[in-house]
Amino acid sequence: MSDGRATSPTYADVTRDVARTLEPPGNLYFSWMSVVALILTAGILAWAGQIWWGMGMAGKRVPQMWAMYITSFVFWIGIGHAGTLISAILYLFRARWRTSIYRAAEAMTIFAVMTAGLFPLIHAGRMWFAYYLLPYPNQRSLWPNFRSPLVWDVFAISTYLSISTVFFIVGLIPDIAALRDVSTGWRRRVYAMLALGWEGADSQWRHYRRAYGLLAALATPLVLSVHSVVSWDFAMALVPGWHSTLFAPFFVDGAIFSGFAMVLILVLPMRHFFRLHAYIQEKHLDAMGKLILVTGLVLTYFYLCEIFTSLYSGDDIEKASLFWKVTKTYAWALWLMYFCNCVSPLVLFWRKARTSPVVLYVVSILVLIGMWFERFNIIVPSLGHDFYPYTWGIYYPSPTDTMIVIGSFAWFFILFLGFIRVMPSLSVVEVKETLPPPMRDPTHAGRH
Amino acid sequence: MPDATETIVGVFAHVDTTVRALEELRAKGYRDLTVYTPVPVHEIEEVLERDRPVSRVRLFTLIGGLTGIASAFLLTIWTSLIWGLVTGGKYLQFGPGGIVGSSLPPFVIIAFELMVLFGGIATVIGLVVLGRLPRFRPSATFDPRFTNDRFGIAIHCAPGRSGSVREILRTAGAEDVPA
Repeated sequence: MSDGRATSPTYADVTRDVARTLEPPGNLYFSWMSVVALILTAGILAWAGQIWWGMGMAGKRVPQMWAMYITSFVFWIGIGHAGTLISAILYLFRARWRTSIYRAAEAMTIFAVMTAGLFPLIHAGRMWFAYYLLPYPNQRSLWPNFRSPLVWDVFAISTYLSISTVFFIVGLIPDIAALRDVSTGWRRRVYAMLALGWEGADSQWRHYRRAYGLLAALATPLVLSVHSVVSWDFAMALVPGWHSTLFAPFFVDGAIFSGFAMVLILVLPMRHFFRLHAYIQEKHLDAMGKLILVTGLVLTYFYLCEIFTSLYSGDDIEKASLFWKVTKTYAWALWLMYFCNCVSPLVLFWRKARTSPVVLYVVSILVLIGMWFERFNIIVPSLGHDFYPYTWGIYYPSPTDTMIVIGSFAWFFILFLGFIRVMPSLSVVEVKETLPPPMRDPTHAGRH
Repeated sequence: MPDATETIVGVFAHVDTTVRALEELRAKGYRDLTVYTPVPVHEIEEVLERDRPVSRVRLFTLIGGLTGIASAFLLTIWTSLIWGLVTGGKYLQFGPGGIVGSSLPPFVIIAFELMVLFGGIATVIGLVVLGRLPRFRPSATFDPRFTNDRFGIAIHCAPGRSGSVREILRTAGAEDVPA
């Protein structure tokens, strides 16, 4: 299996190689897990401190009430988008290169949305009242305001989490069945339970294929809608720098851009440590590199549009807000964002860079930094410099909210690291589907 | 399965031999068969889909999606009517001649989300119901090789015909025809 490009793997190779990823992990894995768990513990302690001593611990002062929490919320929701793009949109377009990365990307989506979902709770302070957001019959006949983008958000994100999870589980069923039939002992019993008795009979496949296609068709508009709805949290408000029709496509594009960077950050080490070079080949890295490049260029265009519409608007407040962002307190964050999101992906114009794991990794990290700061630049400087000078204010991060944000990364990575050791992180069935089907008579082989 | 029938399983290593056996069996009039494949294979589906209607999962999706839209509009309109919260001059209320107001467009977003949610969940229910999942015991004709790299055909036939069925499977190129 050292050079997978010379001979294509067989069906049995795929099952064996995926089962291999689930063998007991080594010390390196456990040391990583311990580091991540330690950071997560620090994050949880910070949150506990915030609950105990109050929201002042998070550096919340008028007008900076959204600050890092909502920045991270939007960031994590955005990360999820690449997973659904790969699993639904590229499925409908029959992009065959998706098959070897889609399972990892889908898992990433679910974990990213689970991470994002924490932030409104953390941000709300008394998160045990979070159920107030849901429409439920109550004694005083109060109902949520369905004209509020924040309520749309509740619906959009819970639907997104549910449908991504359903899609993910449906995709896993035949894979778990394949693992069930090659494993032994307690693993076999657990997989047998999870596979729901899948046998790969024609009577199952025909419904499965149809259901999978329909789920993809439902998830496709969903993924575009989720970040649009998130963007309306801002765009529906009158704050200068937010009130723009540009926001929905701008957010969706940025989400896909950052999501692909995160896919690379997860998949490149997976490829290295699990020795999956035969499945995650250079052409896959190349395709992801191209997508990052394209979405990065589109994002650059949106940044230019944002500046142009602000200057062309004839609105003095809007222009003042823009000049303040570009030149004053938070200018460093804005220029860092322009560098990370507009300049650093340009290196991917070279094919050599797109196929080099090191270059891709560095670009991906820069893109994630850039995209986190994009949300920061939308939220903090806009709130800090709106209509009246007496409402202006600077936000300073506190140790508590910084630690919670860092802890959210640990939460995400611990979920992902756990997942790749108990579930197939490479799709058994879909990878087999892209291989030429076994034929006794080789003249048939070209027909597929 | 009543005693009047016998079940024969053929294990194949290749797609073309499986298709050959299927064509042969259909030509001889055997229709009661189950085909096991590790992945959905286009060539095999082509043979099987000839006299079978399209999967009814889509009906579940349609009903689920429509239920989602209807329940979203019911929820948003009904709650606006019983708790009149006027924001930005937008409201819905009972007036002369029925419901009046101007706040329907935002409800479309809720309707869209619930359409996707209910439609998706109904699709999975459809898959579970139509695919007869979960199965707690493997079927008698299932072989663990079928999820790895082998293809299988299970035929239910009258007891007297088993010899000829075995013959068809072997001639087509079955790797193994367990007794």
